[in-house]
Amino acid sequence: MRVMAQMAMVMNLDKCIGCHTCSVTCKQAWTNRSGVEYVWFNNVETRPGQGYPRTYENQQRWQGGWVRTRSGRLKPRSGGRLKRMFTVFANPKLPSMQDYYEPWTYDYEHLITAPSSDDIPVARPKSLLTGEDMKITWSANWDDSLAGGNEITAGDPVLAKVSEQVRQEYEKTFMFFLPRICEHCLNPSCAASCPSGAIYKRSEDGIVLVDQDRCRGWRMCITGCPYKKVYFNHRTGKAEKCTFCFPRIEIGQPTICSETCVGRLRYLGLLFYDSDRVAEAAATEAEQELYAAQRSVFLDPHDPDVVAAARAGGIPDDWIEAAQQSPIWDLIMKYEVALPLHPEYRTMPMVWYIPPLSPVVDVLRDTGHDGEEAGNLFGAIDALRIPVDYLAELFTAGDPAPVRAALGRLAAMRAYQRRSNLGETPDDAIPASVGMTADEMDDMYRLLAVAKYEQRYVIPAAHAEDAHRLEKIATECSLDYVGGPGMGGGGPYGQGPFGESSGTPVPIQVETFDAQRSRQRADSLTEAGDPAQRTNLIDAGGAGDRTGARPRKDPAGEGGDVTGPGVLDINRDQP
Amino acid sequence: MNTVHVLLWVVYPYLAITILIGGLIWRYRYDKFGWTTRSTQLYETALLRWGSPLFHFGVLMVLIGHVVGLLIPKSWTEAVGITEHSYHFMAVFIGTVAGFCTLAGMVILIARRRFTGPVFAATTRNDKAMYVFLAAVIVLGLWNTVRGNITEGGYDYRADLSPWFRSLFYFSPDPELMTSVPIGFQLHVVAAFALFAFWPFTRLVHAFSAPIGYVTRPYVVYRSHGTGPRPSRPGWEGPPTLPTRSSSRSRR
Repeated sequence: MRVMAQMAMVMNLDKCIGCHTCSVTCKQAWTNRSGVEYVWFNNVETRPGQGYPRTYENQQRWQGGWVRTRSGRLKPRSGGRLKRMFTVFANPKLPSMQDYYEPWTYDYEHLITAPSSDDIPVARPKSLLTGEDMKITWSANWDDSLAGGNEITAGDPVLAKVSEQVRQEYEKTFMFFLPRICEHCLNPSCAASCPSGAIYKRSEDGIVLVDQDRCRGWRMCITGCPYKKVYFNHRTGKAEKCTFCFPRIEIGQPTICSETCVGRLRYLGLLFYDSDRVAEAAATEAEQELYAAQRSVFLDPHDPDVVAAARAGGIPDDWIEAAQQSPIWDLIMKYEVALPLHPEYRTMPMVWYIPPLSPVVDVLRDTGHDGEEAGNLFGAIDALRIPVDYLAELFTAGDPAPVRAALGRLAAMRAYQRRSNLGETPDDAIPASVGMTADEMDDMYRLLAVAKYEQRYVIPAAHAEDAHRLEKIATECSLDYVGGPGMGGGGPYGQGPFGESSGTPVPIQVETFDAQRSRQRADSLTEAGDPAQRTNLIDAGGAGDRTGARPRKDPAGEGGDVTGPGVLDINRDQP
Repeated sequence: MNTVHVLLWVVYPYLAITILIGGLIWRYRYDKFGWTTRSTQLYETALLRWGSPLFHFGVLMVLIGHVVGLLIPKSWTEAVGITEHSYHFMAVFIGTVAGFCTLAGMVILIARRRFTGPVFAATTRNDKAMYVFLAAVIVLGLWNTVRGNITEGGYDYRADLSPWFRSLFYFSPDPELMTSVPIGFQLHVVAAFALFAFWPFTRLVHAFSAPIGYVTRPYVVYRSHGTGPRPSRPGWEGPPTLPTRSSSRSRR
C-alpha cells in the first residue's frame, strides 16, 4: 500500500441551474488572454447535448483515454509510444477550431466612428483568428438549455448509446446541466500522451499541470484527454488546462469555480488512494466494473493502518485530519451518492457527480403526483428507465444499478426530510429502505443541503508552499516583479523578441505572494482611480491592492488607448 | 589559398557554429516559454496532414544522408566493400527521393501558410525570413543532387567536401579542399551555415527538443511541487514495498 493524497471535487447536479457563473469567473481568472479566447477550463453543458468541443465523448472519433490491450495492460487509445512518435508531425485526431468554435469580437468602435448616415451603424462580428468579418454559427454554449432542439441533441454521443425509443422520449422530457472541469485523473492519459513529459501529476495533491517551459506544442495531450480538457493556446503554441486553481488551493482557498458557484453545489476535499493499485484497477476488464474498481483504490482515512502508511509516506498530520473530514470521502464512499464521469475511459477521473433527481421529480409533479412522497419517487426511478439509462451512460459505463441506488438515496432523503420539516413523525423505514440509518440520513442531508463554506471546502494548506516561494524568489531575478525593470514583463503579458509568446512569464508564485500579502494587510478597499496594471482575478477579494484587476493602460497611447491581456486587439500582428 | 577562402571556409563556418551553439544556450536560458513548434494545426488540418509528414520525414532522411555522406570517411565504406559506384547510386537515388519529398512538403506547407487566413495571420516576419533561408538550402541541395550527379555524370563530394567538413571538427580546417568543389555545392554550404546561424532565433529550435525520451519514459509523470520529503514513486513501478528514504526520492 502506498498512500497518496488527491484533491478532488464533487458536484451536486440537482443544484445546478446552468447560470455559467463558474465558467465566467474561471475565464476571467485564467483564460482571458489572446490565444485562449476559445478556451473554457470550466464549461457548463446542457444534457442532452453535444458538449464542448462538439461530440467530444465519441471516442471512436476522437480516440481519447486508454484501451485495455489483449495482454491486460493499458495503452492510450490513440496509440502507444512508437505510433505517437510517427504521428508527431501531424496529429491525425486533433479537433479543429471549428469543433470548439471560432472566437470573435464585435467592431464596437464602428458604432462611435461611423459617419452620419440614414442607416443605424452595426457592430459586426469579427473573427479573432483572422480579423475578417465572420458569420457566427457555433459557440461553447450554442445549445444551452436545449436550444436548437432535436437537430442538435441528436448529435449527442451519449444519447446515441441508449435505445431509439428512450432517445425520443428523452428529447421531449429531460434536461439537466453538467459543469465540467479537468478531472485531474489518477491515471491521466493526457500526461501519458505528452511526448515532452511536460504534463505531470503533482505527488502532493494530485493536481495535473502543464509545465509551460517544457511543453513543445506537440499537441498530443489534446487527443489523449477523453474529456477534451487540455487546450492549445494558438498564440503561444503551448497546451493549457484547468489548474484546479492551485495557487488558491495551496493557501487553503477553494477553486474560483467553487468559490463563485451560486448554487453552492461544489465540494472540495482530500481523498487518499493506494497508488500501487491504480494501474491494476484502471485495467479492470469489464467497463461496468470500473466504477467499483476505482472506489476500491480509495483508502479509508479513519483506518489506523492507512493513517500509519500515510505518515510513513510523509503526508503531514493536518492533511490526514483534512482527509478524515473530507466531504468527498463521505459523498463517494460513505453515502455512495457521487459517481465518476465516464469511468469507461479508464483515466480514473477525480471530479465526481451526484446524479440529478430533479428530472424524476419534475415528471411526477407534471403528471400531478406528489414528487416528494417516497413511494412515488422509488416507483418513478424504477419506471423511468429514460433518465436512469442516460445517467448510467454518463457515470457508470451503462450500468443502471449504481445510478438507481444513488437516486434512491436522494429520493429517500427528500421524502424523509419532508416529514421532519412538516413536523410529522420521522419514518425510519425510509432511510432503512436504502440501507441507511436515520442519523446517517440526517448527516447526508446536512452535507447536501445546509453545509457551510468550511464543510464544503476542506482544504489543507500546502506545507512546501512557503519553501517553494522562497526558493522561487531567491532564484528568479529580484527585479522580475510585475512592472519591474527586469524582464518579467515578457511571456503572455508582454512582447518578447520572438513574438508575444516569448520571454519569461511572471512566476505565478511571486505574483500570488505579492497580491495575497497586499490583500491581507490592506485596511481599505480599492479606489476607482487607482493606477491599473494587469488582469489578475485569481485571488481578488475586494480588499487590498487590486491594481491588477483591470487591463493595463498604455502610457504612450492618447485618449485612454487600452491594451493588455483581456483587451482584444484584432489588428495586432496583422501583416 | 587567399583571404576569401579562409574567410569563407574557416572563419564563416566557425562563426556560424558558435552562433548556433551560443544562441541555443542563450535561447534556452532566456526563452524556454517560447521554445515550441508553434503548431498551426488547430487552424487547418487537411493540408498539414500531407505537407508536414512529407516535409519532416523527408528532411529526416536527408539528415541521415548527410551524416553518412559527410561524417563517414570514404575509406570506411570501401573497407566494408561498398564501391564508389554503388555508394553513389544509392546516395543519389535515396537523396533524390528524400529531397523531392522535402521539397513537395515544403511547397504544400508554404502555400498553406500563405493562403489559409488564420495561418497567415499567425506568421511572423521571423517565420518568413526563416522560410527564405530554409528554402534556399533545400533547393540548392536538391539542385546539386539532381544536376551535379545525374545530368553531369557525378561529382564525388567525399573526395574534398566531406574531408573539409570533418576538418572543421578536428580543429584543423583545410580551406584548400573547398577550392575544387563546384559552385553549386559551395553555395549550398554557405546557405546551410547561414541557416545554422539563424536557427536558434527561429521556431526551428523545436528540432532540438525532438521527444526521443518519450519512447523509454513511463507513461505518467509525477513531480513534487515542494522540497518536502514526500515520496514520488509511481504505482506501476514494480511490487509494493515499504517506502524508504533512499528509494522514494529516486524519481523526481
